[in-house]
Amino acid sequence: MNRLKPWQIILPATEPSNFLSQGVAITGMGIISAIGNNVAENYHALINQQKGISRVSKIETHHKHDIMVGEIAATNKQLEIQLGLETTHNYSRTALLGAIAAKQAVVDAQITNVSEYRTGLVSATSVGGMDMTEKYYYEYLENKALQKYIESHHAGDSTQKIAQQLGIEQSLVTTISTACSSGANAIMFGARLIKTGRLDRVVVGGTDCLSKFTINGFKTLMILSDSYNAPFDENRSGLNLGEAAAYLVLESDSIVNKENKKPLAYLTGYGNANDAYHQTASSEQGDGATLAMQKALSVARLNPSDINYINAHGTATANNDLSEGRAIIRVFGENPPAFSSTKPYTGHTLAAAGAIEAVYSILALQNNILFPNLNFVTQMKEFALTPQYNLKQKELTHVLSNSFGFGGNCSSLIFSKQG
Amino acid sequence: MKKVFINGLCSVSAQKTFDNNFFLGSIIEYKDTVIPAVDPLYKEFILPAAARRMAKGIKMGVVASKIALANAKINTVDAIITGTGMGCVRDSEKFVSDIIDNNEEFLTPTAFIQSTHNTVGGQIALEITCQGYNFTYVHSSISFESALMDALLQLQNEEATNILVGGVDELGDHTVKIHSLIGHIKHNPVSTFGMVNSETEGAVFSEGANFFVLSNKAENNYAQLIDVQTYNVLEAENLPKIVTAFLNSNQYSLEEIDMVVLGNNGDVKYDGYYNILTRSLFSKTPQVYYKHLCGEFNTSSAFGFWLASKILKTQNVPSYVMLNDIYPKKMDTILLYNQYRGENHSFVLLKKC
Amino acid sequence: MSNLKEELKTKIIEQLNLEDITVGDIADDDSLFGDGLGLDSIDALELIVMLDKDYGIKLSDPKEGRKIFESIETMANYIASHRTK
Repeated sequence: MNRLKPWQIILPATEPSNFLSQGVAITGMGIISAIGNNVAENYHALINQQKGISRVSKIETHHKHDIMVGEIAATNKQLEIQLGLETTHNYSRTALLGAIAAKQAVVDAQITNVSEYRTGLVSATSVGGMDMTEKYYYEYLENKALQKYIESHHAGDSTQKIAQQLGIEQSLVTTISTACSSGANAIMFGARLIKTGRLDRVVVGGTDCLSKFTINGFKTLMILSDSYNAPFDENRSGLNLGEAAAYLVLESDSIVNKENKKPLAYLTGYGNANDAYHQTASSEQGDGATLAMQKALSVARLNPSDINYINAHGTATANNDLSEGRAIIRVFGENPPAFSSTKPYTGHTLAAAGAIEAVYSILALQNNILFPNLNFVTQMKEFALTPQYNLKQKELTHVLSNSFGFGGNCSSLIFSKQG
Repeated sequence: MKKVFINGLCSVSAQKTFDNNFFLGSIIEYKDTVIPAVDPLYKEFILPAAARRMAKGIKMGVVASKIALANAKINTVDAIITGTGMGCVRDSEKFVSDIIDNNEEFLTPTAFIQSTHNTVGGQIALEITCQGYNFTYVHSSISFESALMDALLQLQNEEATNILVGGVDELGDHTVKIHSLIGHIKHNPVSTFGMVNSETEGAVFSEGANFFVLSNKAENNYAQLIDVQTYNVLEAENLPKIVTAFLNSNQYSLEEIDMVVLGNNGDVKYDGYYNILTRSLFSKTPQVYYKHLCGEFNTSSAFGFWLASKILKTQNVPSYVMLNDIYPKKMDTILLYNQYRGENHSFVLLKKC
Repeated sequence: MSNLKEELKTKIIEQLNLEDITVGDIADDDSLFGDGLGLDSIDALELIVMLDKDYGIKLSDPKEGRKIFESIETMANYIASHRTK
């Protein structure tokens, strides 16, 4: 197999046309995570350095004393009440969280009539309805009352329900699942739908709840930390899983102009590439990550030096942080822009990660602030990179956010103050 | 905007379709409620070292991809876009049952890794060393059409030249069992040609992988992909209006449609959606169906896409896919329509090159 | 000890689905990873579970596996001196 050498960076075959290099306006956002039930609460926790990592309380697992997680405080019951669902509903926790965050985003975008424009939904999930499946797997065979959850297992189900909650009908509604880059990829496809004129408005993001399935899955890979995750630290010991949902509203320029809206920010760049290296591990030199960042810069027509802050994927596994750090050096040189991972706050929220970190990137831009990479103590020995470890005020114009997943899936998004 | 063509294809299905030298020469007749895919000789395409951990879905996907690439006479692509409703469901079942049965002890990673929905797309990338764009759509019966739309938009706007697009799903025992319980699978076996008029609820479940090379360069092509559109929900009575609007938005009139390829699966509860169209707009149009051959699965509509592409290329329509007895006068333009259990509707428009 | 080695070969072939390989194909000092049998990091994790389940040996860091899983020889030696079942 021909591996890419550090100096062999392949740019997309064709330069993006003017039409494709235009930014897409972001007019609303919503979030629920271990550090807060809405955008304001999340921001408050970020700037006050309050992490949401604890022992798991809502899942009865054999591993509860060996792991730490980023769990959302609300119970399913509380979420149901918040959404006003009938008791006969068959929402998985993934769908409940997604519906709450997506509704916030639509309110934030001041949308009162969702059918006024061609409005779609692109949602990401990796867990889907697995939380119910693992609970009732064998019981389904005997207990008729539980069988309603059989239909909520597949990944598209949570998205259909979120669309219904938002009142999106007779429209484009779809789901992306590319492991831990899913959320970023949903945002990327949404941008393509706006740019090509397929839709005027699209709600994009991701949702994943904690489950025994993912806890045990990551446990078999031996990459779960028994302590607070410490990205880019020499002594990092793995990741903390988390649960979250976040959505953005993307709108076409014509809506923004017509309604005289003031976008929160713009999505100006995006890129996805594949490591084509290993089923789960990232390549040592971060080929896929390098390509993804390069593509995003190319779409945004920016130079590496234009980026002021990187919200890193930074899961705190040995493999990710080494591979991502090397990719950052390949793209930005030995003195890259300030970078930090916000996973010490929320845990790794899988398919929601790219979406919640998009919200954090926009908050960074709006407030000209760099969020600290908590728990960092010692620089890694492989390179001289120190993440931004304290809160810092800084004028920001362009922020790049990374999300990488199994199957070699690497994505980068660029958020900018101006389109 | 560039035109988009189908330059290569392969179908692994419950029929012996993977060999592109034949086009449904003979068919396998079933009388069952669940029908498995016919296995190609995987060893001819995948090295044993790589195959040993692969789920059936991955094997089907990798083989279908490799044959589709060879059929398009290319070695690699700029992007791989996969649709799958359930991913490698057998491994998901294995991992969940192991968690429960072994009380979260002695679990191994392989089944978990394969459970990730993009595992097929990732493995194809590994097999053909493709570092390009790699997406996986997982939205029930429009998983494949979502992938198709993504590819269409990228090719129209010259973000890529060749894209591998496919749909893949596999059968899993537990999934079959619980979907029988809730009536999504027929209770009593039906024969291949008895399916569509079975008058019973549920479908005949199956599995398969249908992959295509889409390109904005017209070489060795099967057909031109004009457009694809999906709808999460729609009212049955709005169907004629929606179809007409879809055609009109592509500058086509109803009269220009030479054939409709429909996703009838013999579920008396939901085939009514097709009937609305076959009894109104398309009552005088040749009608084709295919799920009696390939069964129902979340990406079975990709088999319909394969069938329509083959029909356009060969200008031949096998008699046993005809739903009515109107033989086409010409085969230039085909409209595909599919839905599953009244949700996730898709329309695809294909044209002869 | 030679029984244990044969047992390990059989288990590895079965557990890791090495379809085209027989016990006779694996020499005691063949390297299991890289150029030898061609196992990878996921296989290493599978073997760690095997140590736990069949021999009562718990490894907490996958890096520890590297030395142990060098060959059938090293594996058998490690198991013989650390097994709890």
